[in-house]
Amino acid sequence: MVPESYYLGLSATLFSIGVVGVIVRRNPLVMFMSIELMLNAANLALVAFGHRLGSPDGQVLVFFVMAVAAAEVAVGLAIIVTIFRLRRRLSVDDLNLMRW
Amino acid sequence: MATAAFVLIAAVAVGSALGLVVRRNPIHGALFLVVNLGSIAALFLTLGAEFLAAAQVIVYAGAIMVLFVFAIMVLIPGREETGPDPQRPTRLLALPVGAVLLVLLVALVAGGGAPRAAGGPPAGGVEAVGRLLFTDYLFPFELTSVLLLAAMVGVLLLARRRA
Repeated sequence: MVPESYYLGLSATLFSIGVVGVIVRRNPLVMFMSIELMLNAANLALVAFGHRLGSPDGQVLVFFVMAVAAAEVAVGLAIIVTIFRLRRRLSVDDLNLMRW
Repeated sequence: MATAAFVLIAAVAVGSALGLVVRRNPIHGALFLVVNLGSIAALFLTLGAEFLAAAQVIVYAGAIMVLFVFAIMVLIPGREETGPDPQRPTRLLALPVGAVLLVLLVALVAGGGAPRAAGGPPAGGVEAVGRLLFTDYLFPFELTSVLLLAAMVGVLLLARRRA
């Protein structure tokens, strides 16, 4: 049986990679995918905690995280597509206004 | 045996996550992310969360990543990050920041030890999750449907021509 702390270590690693991805990349789509990576790292930690505590509550929480992630991706991609349609460029450095 | 499987899957997960961050082409990044999501689904299976493993493949690797690939195709890949980065020195600060974050998180994990619940591994599986979802978590579950509806209406509004 693999101890849960291994899973938590892997989760921490994936989360850190996701943070670096959000900071380093200029393409908002790739930043978005890095955010998905971080969400998944958190999901893995939640399932590991639930396994450790012997309760299915962690899995239910992950279910909600997935639903929120689906909604977030839909809205975020719509915003990115709208911005691209108006500016014909896709770099977060160009985006410094909260309006168009 | 279980540890070897874990190490193998974890290596795939970390490698594909690094691929997502490093590769310049967003399509490659999306495919790396699919591999990463699949390996996390496998880890869910090893933790006894069969329902989540299936949901991970269907919702994430299926629906969400298709949306991503579709958006990347619409937005003409590979033309966004060409040319020199004027803020490269600032961006490279992310590496030490990420390293420090990793050290802190691992120290946090290694430091604390929650007491193991009595009664061994969970009597989990689909049935327990479903029962909990429709009893204790019924209200958040219903709120999820409202959230998804709101997201759908918002997307329709945003994606309209002549927004």
